[in-house]
Amino acid sequence: MLYRVAGQYKTSYQADYALFPVRQDAFLLGIILIMAFVVLPATANDFVFRALLIPVLIYALAAMGLNILTGYAGQLSLGTGAFMGVGAYACFKLVTIFPEMNILVAVLLSGFFSATIGMAFGLPSLRIKGFYLAIATLAAQFFLVWLFQKWGWLYNYHTSGAILVPNIQMFGITVSGPTATAMAQYYFVLGVVALMTILAINVTRGRIGRIWKSVRDMDIAAELVGINLMKAKLMAFFVSSYIVGVSGALFVFMWRGAAEAELFDVQLSFRVLFIAIIGGLGSILGNYLGAILIVALPVLLNVVPRALGLPISSSMVEHLNTMTIGALIIFFLIVEPHGLARFWQIIREKLIIWPFPH
Amino acid sequence: MNAHAQPHAMATAMDDGIAMGDTLMEVKNVSLRFGGVKAITDISFDVKKGEIRAIIGPNGAGKTSMLNVINGFYTPQEGTIVFRGEERRAMRPHHAVRQGIARTFQNVALFKGMTTLENIMAGRSVMMHRNILWQMLWRGPALDEEIAHREKVEEIIDFLEIEHIRRTPVGRLPYGLQKRVELGRALAMEPSLLLLDEPMAGMNLEEKEDMSRFILDVNQQRGTTIALIEHDMGVVMDLSDRVVVLDYGKKIADGTPDEVKTDQSVIDAYLGVAH
Repeated sequence: MLYRVAGQYKTSYQADYALFPVRQDAFLLGIILIMAFVVLPATANDFVFRALLIPVLIYALAAMGLNILTGYAGQLSLGTGAFMGVGAYACFKLVTIFPEMNILVAVLLSGFFSATIGMAFGLPSLRIKGFYLAIATLAAQFFLVWLFQKWGWLYNYHTSGAILVPNIQMFGITVSGPTATAMAQYYFVLGVVALMTILAINVTRGRIGRIWKSVRDMDIAAELVGINLMKAKLMAFFVSSYIVGVSGALFVFMWRGAAEAELFDVQLSFRVLFIAIIGGLGSILGNYLGAILIVALPVLLNVVPRALGLPISSSMVEHLNTMTIGALIIFFLIVEPHGLARFWQIIREKLIIWPFPH
Repeated sequence: MNAHAQPHAMATAMDDGIAMGDTLMEVKNVSLRFGGVKAITDISFDVKKGEIRAIIGPNGAGKTSMLNVINGFYTPQEGTIVFRGEERRAMRPHHAVRQGIARTFQNVALFKGMTTLENIMAGRSVMMHRNILWQMLWRGPALDEEIAHREKVEEIIDFLEIEHIRRTPVGRLPYGLQKRVELGRALAMEPSLLLLDEPMAGMNLEEKEDMSRFILDVNQQRGTTIALIEHDMGVVMDLSDRVVVLDYGKKIADGTPDEVKTDQSVIDAYLGVAH
């Protein structure tokens, strides 16, 4: 009953290319957007903002960047953490060199630095695939983190070796730095992430998305329909690393407030990869679902037993979290390699034909 | 000579300035070796515009290698290919596509995770030019372009009678339909020369009849020149205008189906003789 596509006719291809050809989907998205823009900010406290909402959005964006590369274009990467780092350090240098620069501009520009570096490290993809490419990107991961530690210019030779986010105002409101309110940061992140999501959806459903998916599904046949593999792969690395870089800048400026090189180590790469896998490779929605799961899980493990009166130590929470995530990944790889997004798709297909299964 | 008038207002093959019946492609003394293995030895033949040209021969005769040379996968050690008056030897497949050569594979080479519609749309990638900035906006020129190409693709979907599987990921489709989608993708490229590598392999009689009808319609309505490899002799003899026969990488016969059928060396190659 919830989903009825009967009676929704499309009389032009333009109507067919609407973002949500099915009316109920648009309605559902409307509710989610109202939740995200109005209801949640109105009800959330600082803890919810900083422990749940902001990290979910930032991780979802990072996973979306990785998903474009791995889920759409089929090029496995383990360097996501380092590319996030490039975005963060680039943003830091931009705001310290040009203090008048609008923080939004700085965040969006910093993506181009990681995009360029990501593309350079994507060059091996022209010759190698699969696991071998993953190892090549892993080299990028280790090299870049080493560079973040050793190149003092990047963190302005601060004695701690870390980057500290200064107070930055945008239109008179402090959006980053120690005095920024969580709500301002949340709206900033939400705006950037929503914009990126729309652009990513548009790119992946058009010509370029098809090119990427053809490269993923069968590169020989892709070449045969006239696709230039080199251009397609490098563009995937560029776009992916751009989004990852922007998420890295948000990660430090809107959430962590400070960062050392170790923050961007391979752990972060894996975390983002897990989000993309659990959420669903080759899906935009999946990144959000995966990020919600991965971010909310430790919080839930922390809060729920306490609410039930069970004493649980914080190290126990950590162990439980690691174990659950590990189990989930094995579960998804075996049961549903296309992740949570596919679950939603199946539910939706079932709802459309329910209660008559034929 | 305009023997093949177009009864339908369907997209026609690329206008290449070559009259029907003139030579579209010529294979000149091509030899291809893999190390010490001679896949193709000194083969020459031509394909005339508007005809259906069959390439037949026993297994391992070098038919697929020949197609791979024509569309740029392999570079022959000797000899050249003249296509639409342009002579070339080494090229990448995506250049061959730009010249107007499309092909299907013996074992279906579709994009399994994409729907039928996306697969056929992917065939038009070369013809779409809006850059990523327009794509991101999904308004104005990018959407217009998408819709213009979608209309062409829907014509092909109608033509191949695959409307009902438009939104189905091709990985879920049965083999016969996958072959048809692959033909659709090749047609979407609006080629002047269409290479079909065993379009009917593994099909039942009904599917073969459907496929034969599509091949003839493509040839006659769209004026597309076709070079095909096929093992089903009944199909080959009925469909093709001229046949070239290969055996052990050499050309052993070339001519109309009737001429080839009665050629002693062809009979020997297929039935086997005491060497």
